[in-house]
Amino acid sequence: MTATSQVPAVAASAPPRLVAFRRFARAFAANRTAMAGLLILVAITLLAIAAPLFIHPSDLNVISATGPSLAPPSARYPLGTDQAGRSVLDLLIWGTRPSLLIGVIATVLTMVLGSLIGLLAGHYGGATSRVLMAITDWFIALPALPLAIALAAVLGQGDSSITIAIAVTSWSGTARLIRAQTLAVEARPFIERARALGARDSQLLVRQVLPNVAPFILVSGTLTIASAIISETTLTFLGLGNPTEVSWGAMINQAFNQGAVTSGAWWYILPPGIAILIVVLGFTLIGRAVENILNPRMAR
Amino acid sequence: MTYLGRKIAAALVSFALLLVVGFVIFSLMPSDPVAALTRGRPTSAKQMAFLIKQLGLNQPVWERFGHFVANTLQGNLGYSWQFQAPVSTLIMQRLWPTLLLMGSSTIVSIALGMWLGIRSGWRPGSLLDRTSTGTAITLWSVPTFWLGIILLVVFASGLGPIPAIFPAGGMSTPGTAGGLTPAHILDVARHLVLPCLTLVLVIFAQYQMIMRSSMIDEQGNAYLLTARAKGLRDDDVRRKHVVPNALLPSVTLIFLQVGTMVSGAITVETVYSWPGLGYLTYQALQIPDLPLLEGTFLVFSASVIVFNLIADVLYRYLDPRVRRS
Repeated sequence: MTATSQVPAVAASAPPRLVAFRRFARAFAANRTAMAGLLILVAITLLAIAAPLFIHPSDLNVISATGPSLAPPSARYPLGTDQAGRSVLDLLIWGTRPSLLIGVIATVLTMVLGSLIGLLAGHYGGATSRVLMAITDWFIALPALPLAIALAAVLGQGDSSITIAIAVTSWSGTARLIRAQTLAVEARPFIERARALGARDSQLLVRQVLPNVAPFILVSGTLTIASAIISETTLTFLGLGNPTEVSWGAMINQAFNQGAVTSGAWWYILPPGIAILIVVLGFTLIGRAVENILNPRMAR
Repeated sequence: MTYLGRKIAAALVSFALLLVVGFVIFSLMPSDPVAALTRGRPTSAKQMAFLIKQLGLNQPVWERFGHFVANTLQGNLGYSWQFQAPVSTLIMQRLWPTLLLMGSSTIVSIALGMWLGIRSGWRPGSLLDRTSTGTAITLWSVPTFWLGIILLVVFASGLGPIPAIFPAGGMSTPGTAGGLTPAHILDVARHLVLPCLTLVLVIFAQYQMIMRSSMIDEQGNAYLLTARAKGLRDDDVRRKHVVPNALLPSVTLIFLQVGTMVSGAITVETVYSWPGLGYLTYQALQIPDLPLLEGTFLVFSASVIVFNLIADVLYRYLDPRVRRS
């Protein structure tokens, strides 16, 4: 049961969806892990947006960098320097930008693809549903990384091919979830009412079903961003990313390929991994909390 | 149709779909395979025409797909641009190191994951339960390759007071004799420790979580009361009565985990230059050597299809309730 079918607790004049949203926001604010995750992510996002204010592109340029090579942390370079003499702290902050951006864009693509297939399979049933679900199951069963590698390699190095590869390999879980929710929503009487009033399939899907499955798309999206960011760094580490860009995956790739490992330059290797860990944990905390708020029965 | 027949048919459909996807990605998507093949080398129009004919690019798509399927089913996966050798030969050479790495880390993960899962599921909310669940979630949030690099820096390069105790990469010390001598086996085992440990850290959590939740599920059953009423000690109730019943989901998980293992193997083998299929994929990526990449993609995916089938069949065989329904 979703919130919309319950009796509105606030003033009767407020639209039910607004009431449901208010109730959700209150439950979210009362949830400590959710707020912790949200705070972490807001702080990191602000830092990423503000990065150009205090980091000049020349600081990130391999040729114009002025620091010593692979120097340990010091007052001038709080996280030390890389092999080209760039500040690791600057690289880390700048690396937030592509990592978050690719994660978000890939997730939006994933959600559009997954929700579309899930809605269609749930609504139309029959042969359409069977074919769509067979394809979905195939993508769920197959290992994502080899397929993503194959796609990104054929599309060529770069951010867009990584984004496409992630979206193509991660929509299947969402499609399954949304199909199940579509079936649940369509079994409810207001769908029959809308149909009796003469609603077309497209109206039913967009006006009645979509708003009711939207919360689940949101949950799925939050959890997908976490895995999309890990996939992005993995593919970049393997050398499929944009070679000139500063990102967390590229930092680990360069640390690994250019001697930071053998010289024990832990200050270059640790920070990007910890940054990934924090962001992924942030999204996971929010996703789990939202899941519990929307569907308390799933929380065990 | 019988259950087994249905499952085999489903696996065959999956395999057919895999062939279609492989063909689309590697044969239809590259905009100009000949240009990719010659990689910027000056090529005359005559040479180009010859290559196009040799690759069969002037034939209709259906015919090309037919050739592709026939070749793949006969184990003919093409010719690696980088190693100048048949892809199937390369894959066979690299298969054993990957199996060794996956097999050993699966065994260690099962032992560790079940041990933790049994104990944390028996007393949910205990200190052990909370610490091990927290550790598992943290390890899940970390990229595998980064974990591998950290272990590499600490144990193979040596950090501060920690000496370099394990070799940094490869499968054996260069220059030593191979064969089944004790010295060689020990050498390979020493090289295996770090990659195996990295994979274990990533996958043991799955076994732990599954075991934990099925231990919790089992505890609601009446047979526990009977066992306790007989006067059995708590440890005996757990070991002899609950664990055997809770084991079932974990057994099938072993085979369902192969997909995760494959992804882990690619990054872990890359970090430790372990000469398996994952490292071969990485080497293919650097060129990119498309026929080789296609070969490893097909082998990885096909093996996951086979192991999923085994998991389905095994589950039914092990659980009589499923068999009857």
